[in-house]
Amino acid sequence: MADAIADTRRLFTKPQNLNDAYGPPSNFLEIDVSNPETVGVGRGRYTTYEVRLKTNLPIFKLKESSVRRRYSDFEWLRAELERESKVVVPPLPGKALFRQLPFRGDDGIFDDSFIEERRQGLEQFLNKVAGHPLAQNERCLHMFLQDESVDKNYTPSKVRQA
Amino acid sequence: MSFFGFGQSADIDIVLNDAETRKKAEHKTEDGRKDKYFLFYDGETVSGKVNVNLKYPGKRLEHNGIKIEFVGQIELYYDRGNHHEFVSLVKDLARPGELTQSQTFDFEFTHVEKPYESYTGQNVKLRYFLRATVGRRLNDVSKELDIVVHTLSTYPELNSSIKMEVGIEDCLHIEFEYNKSKYHLKDVIVGKIYFLLVRIKIKHMEIDIIKRETTGTGPNVYHENDTIAKYEIMDGAPVRGESIPIRLFLAGYELTPTMRDINKKFSVRYYLNLVLIDEEERRYFKQQEITLWRKGDIVRKSMSHQAAIASQRFEGSSNPERTLSQNSDEDKS
Repeated sequence: MADAIADTRRLFTKPQNLNDAYGPPSNFLEIDVSNPETVGVGRGRYTTYEVRLKTNLPIFKLKESSVRRRYSDFEWLRAELERESKVVVPPLPGKALFRQLPFRGDDGIFDDSFIEERRQGLEQFLNKVAGHPLAQNERCLHMFLQDESVDKNYTPSKVRQA
Repeated sequence: MSFFGFGQSADIDIVLNDAETRKKAEHKTEDGRKDKYFLFYDGETVSGKVNVNLKYPGKRLEHNGIKIEFVGQIELYYDRGNHHEFVSLVKDLARPGELTQSQTFDFEFTHVEKPYESYTGQNVKLRYFLRATVGRRLNDVSKELDIVVHTLSTYPELNSSIKMEVGIEDCLHIEFEYNKSKYHLKDVIVGKIYFLLVRIKIKHMEIDIIKRETTGTGPNVYHENDTIAKYEIMDGAPVRGESIPIRLFLAGYELTPTMRDINKKFSVRYYLNLVLIDEEERRYFKQQEITLWRKGDIVRKSMSHQAAIASQRFEGSSNPERTLSQNSDEDKS
């Protein structure tokens, strides 16, 4: 009997629904960290950033949100995620303690280029984290991204589809 | 007596009777090189001649017996001293005595059982060889001839497809399908990935072939994983309802048949690993075992038979007899 040539024809597939093919994708998630503003006076000054989110993922309660957060809020979020979830949490941009020392030639932590560098790092951090399926189950992430303020006395819990 | 290097010694040579006609197969050596060895199958007879050539003609060679062995053994690299012989046959060629001149001895191991395929891996080696030995008081003179054994199978009666729905709840649901669960070494994996739900940002998808070599038993089991192939099947972000085809030709990769619990010493198993990578380099994967087997080559009996097959491929005729009769004088209509 002759050697059979392998049948490499494609397996049968259902034709795709045109709404699915051309409609908006179900994975839309955009996070921006922008508009740094320094608030307060003297030694109590600190910088806040606007964290803006746009999404169509059902796990997020609000499809659009905008909150203001400072660096220590990001540190809090990172610590919560490390403790509560099994996610390998990416690093934050540096703490820059040396910039807080006196007698510097520049503006220290209120220096424009430093703030811009930090803003970029915070944006990268959030995009990495917010897209992680396991991190999306953590209450702390949703509180950070969409609640007016971060309640550090919250009870950690898991979030299911809103 | 060979204390001062003046004693007689001998060179041994093993030659197979069918050395001219027997096919050779390539086989990897332990240091990664590929060499060619005579190819044998289970049940075949191994016969040949042992040439014992005296170094100094005219001088006698005293010996404690001349024999030839056919050995099949498993060698675990972490336990080199202990060879596990699963086939061990011996033929005495000469009783203790002396040789006055170079001599040739015939041998035949009839219908030898060769139950396992030759295998050279990361932590274990299974090999077959002939070893001819001239016994001497102080050190024996011996020579080994390695051969390679292939185990053949036929198309399995039952060869169901692999079809499964997997995912992460509310994030990613896919259904993957591979057309068979048992593939021969020159086969093609035909399949598809169907996306039911995509809430993550996928960058690309690939299918890997992973070889897992398992040695040791009980608490000392050791798995050695090796990615034999990485084959990208999709570049870009899919949406719900999209089907991505898979067509992976196995002949291009270095594969062996699946070997399960060989002589209770080791296993070699193969897995298809479907990997999706998202925009943050996170990997989502699903591993599935497949069985690989070795198909025997068709023996080409004559040129006209070869021609029949060739014309069948071009004309798409499914009846070789009809094509054969066309080749001999009938008009092609």
